[in-house]
Amino acid sequence: MNTLLIITGLGVLCLLLEILNFRKGIVPFTVVGLLVALGVTMNDYGLQKGFYGNMIVVNNFSVAFSSIFIVLAILLISMSDDFYRREHAKISDFVAIKVFMLAGAVAMVSFGNLSMFFLGIEVLSISLYILAASNRMNVRSNEAGMKYFLLGSFASGIILFGICLIYGAMGTFDIAEISELSSSAELPDWFFIGIVLLTIGMLFKIAAVPFHFWAPDVYEGSPALTTSIMSTLAKIVAIATFYKLLTGMNAQLSVAYEWVLLSVSIASMTLGNIMALRQENVKRMLAFSGIAHAGYMLMAFLNLANSASVLWYYAAAYALAGVAAFAVVLNVCRDKQDENIYNFNGFGKKHPVMAALLTGALLSMAGIPVFAGFFAKFGLFMHAINAGYLVVVIAAVINSIISVGYYFKLILAMYTKDALDPVENPKPIYVVVAAIALLLNLAMGLFPSLVNNLI
Amino acid sequence: MDVSIVLILLFAGALLSFLSGDKWASKTALLTSVVALGASWLVLCKHNAKEVVGVSYLWSQKPNIHVALSGDGLSLAMLMLTTALLPLIILSTFGRNIQNAKSFYSLIMFMGFAMAGTFLALDGFVYYIFWELALIPIYFIALLWGSGEHKDRQRAVVKFFIYTFAGSLFMLAAFAYLYTKAGSFMWTDLAKLDLSKTEQIWIFLAFFAAYAIKIPLIPFHTWQAAVYEKAPTAGTMLLSGIMLKMGLYSILRWQLPIAPLAAKSFMVIFIWFGLAGVLYGSVVALRQKNLKKLLAYSSLAHVGLIAAGAYTLNKDGLSGAVLQMISHGFAIVGLFLAADIIIDRLQTREISEMGGIRSQAPKFTSMFMIMVLASVALPTTFNFVGEFTVLYSLFFKKVWFAIIGGLTIILGAYYMLKMFQNVMLGETNKKPFRDVSWSEGLTFSIIIAVTFFFGLYPKPINDLIAPSIHQIMFLIHSGPRLL
Repeated sequence: MNTLLIITGLGVLCLLLEILNFRKGIVPFTVVGLLVALGVTMNDYGLQKGFYGNMIVVNNFSVAFSSIFIVLAILLISMSDDFYRREHAKISDFVAIKVFMLAGAVAMVSFGNLSMFFLGIEVLSISLYILAASNRMNVRSNEAGMKYFLLGSFASGIILFGICLIYGAMGTFDIAEISELSSSAELPDWFFIGIVLLTIGMLFKIAAVPFHFWAPDVYEGSPALTTSIMSTLAKIVAIATFYKLLTGMNAQLSVAYEWVLLSVSIASMTLGNIMALRQENVKRMLAFSGIAHAGYMLMAFLNLANSASVLWYYAAAYALAGVAAFAVVLNVCRDKQDENIYNFNGFGKKHPVMAALLTGALLSMAGIPVFAGFFAKFGLFMHAINAGYLVVVIAAVINSIISVGYYFKLILAMYTKDALDPVENPKPIYVVVAAIALLLNLAMGLFPSLVNNLI
Repeated sequence: MDVSIVLILLFAGALLSFLSGDKWASKTALLTSVVALGASWLVLCKHNAKEVVGVSYLWSQKPNIHVALSGDGLSLAMLMLTTALLPLIILSTFGRNIQNAKSFYSLIMFMGFAMAGTFLALDGFVYYIFWELALIPIYFIALLWGSGEHKDRQRAVVKFFIYTFAGSLFMLAAFAYLYTKAGSFMWTDLAKLDLSKTEQIWIFLAFFAAYAIKIPLIPFHTWQAAVYEKAPTAGTMLLSGIMLKMGLYSILRWQLPIAPLAAKSFMVIFIWFGLAGVLYGSVVALRQKNLKKLLAYSSLAHVGLIAAGAYTLNKDGLSGAVLQMISHGFAIVGLFLAADIIIDRLQTREISEMGGIRSQAPKFTSMFMIMVLASVALPTTFNFVGEFTVLYSLFFKKVWFAIIGGLTIILGAYYMLKMFQNVMLGETNKKPFRDVSWSEGLTFSIIIAVTFFFGLYPKPINDLIAPSIHQIMFLIHSGPRLL
């Protein structure tokens, strides 16, 4: 619970530091602050308690997810200094918005009340709208922000409408009370309509097919650091929240509903992977790959009751690999016009270390053993088999094969093509971030028992 | 001391080769691989002295995974094959100009580590990890150090990777299913499972997808010839000498004991899969103009016969398959070394542009001749022992199987001797041809010594693998599934 206070306070402090003309220290200060928040969060592990009249409920689920969000935020924010070097005067705004976004994310996984959930999702979304459009002079960035804002607020409206219907059916916003009522009483139809509307809104935030149309354009147009936040942190926040909503309200999901989720899952992974094959822009490729990964993660929603740890593991493995990959992409395309794949030609000879890090991250996403991505995929497959949905496992296996095609396209470009540009020294911060993210990913893969019983 | 020491040594070899820099990498790799060979020899001696050399550590409680390494005869025989071929393969690259040598040798050692792990692992999950790990180094070896037009090479190697990766994912799905049934990945638990026939058929087919692509069997072989030709010779040796044995070994270790009912009811079909490879490989080899491709297709024919032997499900078939795996491993490495020597000196791969080498390089000629004779299974060579045992087991199933299988020897003799004639004999070539260097001569001598030793005296290997074969036979044929 203190986590939320610390993070929010940290965001305010970031803004204050600018007034004190202390811009150089903002990023290190924030990182230290977030580390404190991480420690405080982990200290809450094992606690099961509601705060503020059950507005916030701390349990192992919220602690585990909040911790991984904070870790990702630390990695992402520490790259800000170099990324915003041209607009360093405004660094406090960029960092503070990210910190506020993290506060929204933490609220989204620890809500005990639907109004708190909506607050969280709005804080997160509005921060992301701003970040998407934060490159003011760039038309593409403005377009991305506008598009994301229009479609995102529409989705927020649908979510709000869903919450209203649920309130109408249950007479309360409190998750625990809804959970009790939903298992006992005869339920009015609009409770289920409310759930469906919530589902639609959340699928939009996750960027699952058929609500994915905004994702590629927004990802491509946004500044690269924002894209990396959206495709790693924001994506797993949305997935975790969706999971918490469905399990928290204890709605008895019908078989038809599970089949809808199943179709969305299969459609997302298939479409995401096939579209990713055709992309020349690395950011766009990773966006489509993110859609595919959302599809995999939706497999955890079949037989909801005991898949929290499987979902956490997958989300963490995916996001850490994603951050490692994006850190390298950010460095490679630092002074480039775009993120086209030819920028990576000959990278293996120029910077063997960074190329190896990117290769590792991509191998993890493709699900090659030893990296956590493999164990994550395997856990999900096993969960789906246990739940009795072999179809989706077969689809996921075929999709994993397809995904090798585009991940290896990038690896091939790095190792077999000749470089276009002369060698530049990599910025140490990107190497450090990529290395830490990949090491965490590897550690999860080598010692799965450390983390897979957290929830 | 247990088998894990060999794995540790091989992995350390990969690290040390990388750290020792381009100049010393080849020597470090050779040294560590010889040490690993020595270690596996010691382990083998311990095994023969009836000590337990297998190990098992708990890796993860939930899901239940053990790092379990087998210490039985079959695994140790394959381990010896791996660690014995590894120094030979490294030795064969001496005197070649290899760019970025530290990565090259490090990848070779790493691949040795992964392949040895595949042969040793007794836990399905760990086994799968090693199986996949072996794919990554060979991908880079073939891609970065291969020959030929960049585009063609890339196409061949990527096809190979996606093909084999696709096959193994089906195996992974099968393991996931088995885990939901048994609650463990341990071989002993999986082989105990009492699965219905339908389940067994699906599991059998999922394994088959992985193994048929790796071995490769017809019609899953399309990646093979191109990759063998494009890869550097060391990579081709790793692929044909050891890696494809992973598939054959896995048939014996995993596929047959876990899904015996499926194997029994469709035995004839799978024997035909193997024999189709024999026929196809031999006929295509007859018409090859490219030396490396010819050897690739001859390898296809040989492994088809091994697979057919394994699928006969009788004792001779299984032990013949193991013998033939080992002998084929040595023979094919020798043949590819000879091909590499010729290609390196004449700078061509076309058989028609070769010829007249004999008068210039008599030592090389006789060594190559012995390798050719060994590969066509001349009596007194190791290959004869293996091939004969397999044919014998096929004969007991159906006479026709043995007759078609026997075509490998007849057609093999024809295309190999014709190739030898065109490549080595004839008018003296204009180009000068240097005779074998010390490292090449040493490699050949070791391979020839092994070929003749086990050709005349195969008993040590037979004794080593007999208990394992017996156990596998028991698992396949025992009515109630007990261990």
